Amino acid sequence: MGLKRTALFSTHQKLGAKLIDFGGWEMPVQYTSITDEHLAVRNAAGIFDISHMGEVTLSGADAEKFLNFVLTNDIRKLVPGEGQYTLMCNERGGVIDDLYAYKLSDGVYFLIINASRIEPDVAWLKSQAAKFSGELILTDASHQYAAVAVQGPRVKEFIDACIPGGSNCAMRVARVTDLKKNQIGGFPFEHGDVLISRTGYTGEDGFEIVGSDEAIQHVWKNVLEIGKPFGIKPCGLGARDTLRTEVCYPLYGHELDEETTPIEAGVGFFVSLDKGEFNGHSVLAEQKANGVKKKLVAFKMTDKSAPPRPHYPIWANGVSVGEVTSGTQSPSLNVGIGMGFVPPEFAKPDTKIEIEIRGKRFAAVVVQKPIYKVR
Amino acid sequence: MSNIPSDLKYAKSHEWIRVSGDTATVGISDHAQAELTDIVFVELPAAGRQVKAGEACAVVESVKTASDIYSPVSGEIVALNKPVTDNPALVNTEPYAGGWFFKIKLSNPAELNALLSPEDYKKQIGG
Repeated sequence: MGLKRTALFSTHQKLGAKLIDFGGWEMPVQYTSITDEHLAVRNAAGIFDISHMGEVTLSGADAEKFLNFVLTNDIRKLVPGEGQYTLMCNERGGVIDDLYAYKLSDGVYFLIINASRIEPDVAWLKSQAAKFSGELILTDASHQYAAVAVQGPRVKEFIDACIPGGSNCAMRVARVTDLKKNQIGGFPFEHGDVLISRTGYTGEDGFEIVGSDEAIQHVWKNVLEIGKPFGIKPCGLGARDTLRTEVCYPLYGHELDEETTPIEAGVGFFVSLDKGEFNGHSVLAEQKANGVKKKLVAFKMTDKSAPPRPHYPIWANGVSVGEVTSGTQSPSLNVGIGMGFVPPEFAKPDTKIEIEIRGKRFAAVVVQKPIYKVR
Repeated sequence: MSNIPSDLKYAKSHEWIRVSGDTATVGISDHAQAELTDIVFVELPAAGRQVKAGEACAVVESVKTASDIYSPVSGEIVALNKPVTDNPALVNTEPYAGGWFFKIKLSNPAELNALLSPEDYKKQIGG
């Protein structure tokens, strides 16, 4: 069976993208150069195909109750047209996925989940729904939607012209750029209505746009044309990874997995212990109270060295204490950067550590997150 | 269209070799640097090291990946291109000139016959 392709596949081919297998999808890792695409997002604008990501819709009078039990953040905080970053944990507090949950209207919720976790997430949600006695309709809508992310400081200068007009559902605004961070609106669009949220995975201002294949193909075209004088570039998964690593956003399978809790991964802020019972509550409460055995840190290389990469050993005080989970040469800072797990006694910023690269150890230092501070 | 100088021989693993008497200079091809793009680090072998043909002896890192560089021939590493460790981008901009990696004293010049001619290398990369 061949690799899956998004609605934008032929567009990527026409643009000369280097295509790779990403979790069973044939996706662009870069079009020209990861460095150029990364810097375009930091300085101007970039557009990413994120159609491979998954979408789940939940509706019903008890949808909120259900979601507040399966997710860690307090979903009751959301007003219609708002979203929140949240995590879905198993009973051990291990992370099944990290995701965004949006309240579109009373009793209507929309989740955007990682492409690599669509199957386990949907299976988990369905098994949890089977045990739930309440009014709930749950649908895996991943096949219905394509999506793009448009990110960078200059996006707000041209995005309104790409999808003109105001929203007619969820957050009501007169134009796309009136959406505030984490807000989501449904916008009429001549090729099919789209959902637009002011969210992203790069640290920069930007929007994520979800719609039918046809609608998203036209959004892509509009963004590249109208964004051209502002410096827009198509950007691949390579730049997506360097951008999120610089701002220390976790990537499932690296900083998060079913054996790692949100507390250990440093995203305890998105765990609401006082909202009531939810999957993993007791483990996470115990960790928040008594501490963890492993803690995620961000670090920068201080010796001249090859870039740190996932699985490279981390040493402290002459002992191997952990592993790099994400690492790269930072295109913005021109130094090796990364994240990894260490025992909590080595987690304070300014702690000296070493990264083992091909059998030799090179000096690094723990730094505060984010490693790169967006201007 | 990839640049493939006619005075060089090539390895299947995309290294080139320029022979001068009993020593040779080694680097990676234009095709290889274009595949890697954005080279951010080059790790060279130690001078004096003895290598066998096909042995991994250097590493080139792009933003995304680390790639092994294999010596096309057997011999002793006799010189290293320090500028390429200070400025790895030379491998992208001058793969056949300033972006060379190391010089090797050939211990078995007959091994050169096993390497690819420019025409055969061009065929291999689909040119």
